Amino acid sequence: MTTTLGLSKGAARARGIREFAASPRAKQDHPLWFLIPALVVLVVFFFIPTVFNFVYAFTDWSSFKSGINFVGWDNFVSLFSSGQLLGALWVTLVYAVLVAVFQNVFGLALALLLERDTPLNRGLRVAFFIPVIMSALAVGYIFQAMLKPDGAVNSIIGSIIGQPVDIAWLGSTTWTIVVVALVHAWKWMGLSMLIYLAGLKTIDGDILEAARLDGASWWTTFRSIRFPLLAPAVTFNVATALLGSMNGFDIVQATTAGGPGGTTELLNIFIFRTFGQGLFAQATTMSLVLFLLVAVLAFPVIRTLRKREDVL
Amino acid sequence: MTLTTDSTRAIVTRGGDGPRSARRTRTDLPEGRGRRLHLGRIVQPVVAVLTAVLLLGIPFWLVIVTASKNQAEALNPNLSLPTEWQLFDNFATVFTDGKMLPAFFGSLLVMVPSVLGVLVLGAMAAWVLARRSSRALAIVYALAISGIVLPPAVVTIVLLLRQLGLAGTPIGMICVYMGMYLSTVIFFVTGFVRTIPPELEEAARVDGASPVRVFVTIILPLLMPVLATATILICLYIWNDVFYALFVVGGRLDTLPLNLYQVASSGLYLQNWHLIFAYIILMSLPLLITFMIAQRKIISGITGGAVK
Repeated sequence: MTTTLGLSKGAARARGIREFAASPRAKQDHPLWFLIPALVVLVVFFFIPTVFNFVYAFTDWSSFKSGINFVGWDNFVSLFSSGQLLGALWVTLVYAVLVAVFQNVFGLALALLLERDTPLNRGLRVAFFIPVIMSALAVGYIFQAMLKPDGAVNSIIGSIIGQPVDIAWLGSTTWTIVVVALVHAWKWMGLSMLIYLAGLKTIDGDILEAARLDGASWWTTFRSIRFPLLAPAVTFNVATALLGSMNGFDIVQATTAGGPGGTTELLNIFIFRTFGQGLFAQATTMSLVLFLLVAVLAFPVIRTLRKREDVL
Repeated sequence: MTLTTDSTRAIVTRGGDGPRSARRTRTDLPEGRGRRLHLGRIVQPVVAVLTAVLLLGIPFWLVIVTASKNQAEALNPNLSLPTEWQLFDNFATVFTDGKMLPAFFGSLLVMVPSVLGVLVLGAMAAWVLARRSSRALAIVYALAISGIVLPPAVVTIVLLLRQLGLAGTPIGMICVYMGMYLSTVIFFVTGFVRTIPPELEEAARVDGASPVRVFVTIILPLLMPVLATATILICLYIWNDVFYALFVVGGRLDTLPLNLYQVASSGLYLQNWHLIFAYIILMSLPLLITFMIAQRKIISGITGGAVK
């Protein structure tokens, strides 16, 4: 996905993609009015609300007043001084990084495990894709039930070690965010797996043959040949996992709803909660913070990952 | 793109022996390596099945047995079998209590027009964006695809819909989804149009076809593979969306995820895991069945765009 974003002209030509001179013919053959319906929808329902974000974050818009007045930086100051702004920002970042790591480790491990084309592996690939097509909210409820202190996970651990276990997986102010990130990674690992499998397929068999003739072990081959050649798949998977989970809501809402003690309160959970309380301006302010966070991180993340690809 | 699509399809469809596994059986391999590979062929299926049982089997088993229990047994969801299977009784209960039929049609009501809308508008825009090049259009393209990563302004969109008189209506929800997912369609389709030789259009143009005619008769049919991929992705997003639906139509329109949220968070059902899980099974079935029928196409479609 991201790999085409910055496709240079040279690269495009190298791939056999035709270039077009902007001739007068091209102008009447491809009239600009074809753009208009899409642009109208984008501007009205995507860009204008985004611009509104920058306006209403500086107002006292709420369900308790009929008028809307400008209040300057008041919302930012109060959210900052109460610690909620930095808190939610930090939780969102930690969550996104954890999800990106877990989802890619699981996805890559599954891809390597199920790499060989056997009927069993093909069936299991399909099975691991089922969580991807399920509702994230449903996944959250399933794991809420599994992770209860008297839930299935503890009873399985208990039967293995031979004594009762009652870990409150969703009740720790330190570790619950890790558990929830693992659930998020569980839901999406099938997608990462498929993309890594597709990446592994594109690696030239002759290179691997040469490495094997040189006596390289499986691990050496993986570390110095296959993993570097997977760079485009890594770019796509890391970027989508990182940026997608910053916009996460469903799984956390269904498992912890932001608790315990707000330690899993992502920006979107905060936005939903304050919106429900009628504090629209506060919710808008956090929405703006989320927008800026993603905007600021998206371009460096994609550029850094793409640079790694170029080195190859 | 076509190359990758072929290779990903090969992952799913091609049987046992690719060139690499054929080489593995060559006789000039050192003795120890041969034995290790042989061992790997026995260990790999065992590890794979164990992983699947642990990671998928346990959660799915929990869902099925809990959804088959009565309220008292399901109070504390565990992996034991129900004393009495009542899966279909529970289905019947959530079907009426969870208003599944209105929710199903509510979900369809917002999903179908949104998907058709983004496909048509996105394909039209992408065709022009791919075929013409100027600095201004490059900026338009960059802005048009920025929605892939940038999060929608979910609070102020509610305000905007109120001002437009669309708050809480299916039309408002459709417009919001279209604004969110047009970027994805424009991105996928523009990349695809660039791989279509312009000579195909020229032939029709020489015969005097108008741009609309060229687009409808030449370009749209060629776009079918990429439009299918986009359809799958966007259906998946919209069918499962609860976050944006809560803001835009929460309480005004039934959709499957919204009703699941209500069933699970209302005090009445707080401990009713058998009903929550019965609901989850029923709401997952439409996508699950579609996926089972078309899994090869879906998998190759989704991976096709990702790795170049």
